[in-house]
Amino acid sequence: MIQEYIPILLFLGFIVANAIGMLVFSHILSPRRPTKIKASPYESGMPPLGSTRERFSVKFYLIAMLFIVFDIEVVFLIPWGVQFRKLGLTGFVAMAIFILVLEVGHAYAWKRGALEWD
Amino acid sequence: MTPELKGFVLLSLIKIVVVFSVMMVGVMMVIWMERRVSAWKQDRLGPNRVGPQGLLQSVADGIKNFAKEDVIPEQANKLLFVVAPALSFIPAMLTFAVIPVAAPLPVDFDFTVPILGQFVHSGPMPMMIADLPIGMLFIVAVGSLSVYGIVLAGWSSANKYSLLGGLRASAQMVSYEVALGFSFVGVLMLAGNVTLPEIVAHQQDSVWFVFALTLGFILFFVSNLAETNRLPFDLPETESELVTGFHTEYSSMKFAMFFMAEYTHIITGSALVATLFLGGWDIPFTSWDSGDPTVLKSLLTLAFFAMKTLFFIYVFIWIRWTLPRFRFDQLMQLGWKFMLPVLLAYILILGATVLVLDSIGWSSGLPYGAALFVMNAVLVYIVFFILDNNRLLLGRTHRKVGT
Repeated sequence: MIQEYIPILLFLGFIVANAIGMLVFSHILSPRRPTKIKASPYESGMPPLGSTRERFSVKFYLIAMLFIVFDIEVVFLIPWGVQFRKLGLTGFVAMAIFILVLEVGHAYAWKRGALEWD
Repeated sequence: MTPELKGFVLLSLIKIVVVFSVMMVGVMMVIWMERRVSAWKQDRLGPNRVGPQGLLQSVADGIKNFAKEDVIPEQANKLLFVVAPALSFIPAMLTFAVIPVAAPLPVDFDFTVPILGQFVHSGPMPMMIADLPIGMLFIVAVGSLSVYGIVLAGWSSANKYSLLGGLRASAQMVSYEVALGFSFVGVLMLAGNVTLPEIVAHQQDSVWFVFALTLGFILFFVSNLAETNRLPFDLPETESELVTGFHTEYSSMKFAMFFMAEYTHIITGSALVATLFLGGWDIPFTSWDSGDPTVLKSLLTLAFFAMKTLFFIYVFIWIRWTLPRFRFDQLMQLGWKFMLPVLLAYILILGATVLVLDSIGWSSGLPYGAALFVMNAVLVYIVFFILDNNRLLLGRTHRKVGT
């Protein structure tokens, strides 16, 4: 039923219009008295040191990659969960094997220290 | 356009305006409520001057925010800096579109407007903006977009605190999204459907999922706390070390939009927990509410839904003043080393239990719910008192492994 999606589009349009409206409205209303100090990044009152565009820990990339693997597992589990009763024992055993295989990957990542933050 | 379609669009527009207004006023009320409850818990007064009991405090703050100077840092990426507050506000609001807030309302009209033509609608109207056939999937999809607003805000500010806050937010939200996804698979397994009205209907027929899926409920609520960046998981903000993290550089209405997004998230999160696990708009101990739709039923079920949602909003605030903040390594360990394996095992145990119950013919009704509840009680005991060895419950989460 494609008709059910019309309200979502209308709601999205309404929210976006409101968000833009708020930004524009405050832009018009607010005073503007920029100074050099005001426009510099806030570092607890100290003069800013160095650049912000620096490299950051590789851990964050690792988490992002692990996330993709397990989020895809969620994507597989959702249709299986919905059809669970109809699939019966066969579906359950198949999914148990799938989860077990992924758990091996999870255990490997754990053992190799991908989940440590020290 | 046919008269029926025009009637449908007209009703949708009315629902959209009503839901949006209620959410905006609701956000203001929840901000006021949080400040008053916080004050009460800390034995001080809280805002009580603007309007009766300080109810209009948030309105006054909103007006003040509109009139404040809007500072954009020199080195900031201007476009992303301006877009980010809107990006975190939009998905928070959009999630509410598929949550049914009450029993269907009978709406019948047939009228003709000059120029626009005839508008027709008959039969019950679902009390939600869109009765999508993908329901829960839509919530997951839109919910995962909310990380963009925070990450872009943190990166575009060109501020070290903001960058760290944004990075932490991305890692945290991404990790707990996996846990969130796993923890409602149990709901889908029992309900056999992804649309929220069907999930509510299934809970009316059997038991509320808070009894049938207690462990799933607890873990869903915890990952919901992490997804909304609330204490004890507010590491992207942490006033004391990152100076509110990703929105350090924001001022004026842009700051207020982040604030509104956070509280909208709390409301939608609470409404979602109430819908998935507390029977949504179901009135307990009666099947009167699932019969033929009437106006009275819609109003009463709406009141019950509001009460359940308010309860969870209160729990959000309550937890804020009860638990201390996690450290970041503890947070990631809780997500990846505790919740993920526990949830995977839980899905398998739940599946096996349901199959066994099905084979002996208990597939709905009281014995079925009672059996699942006993299974959950045993699991909760095992997880929190034996496997956990009282580390989580007594707050000693960190344990040096190896090294």
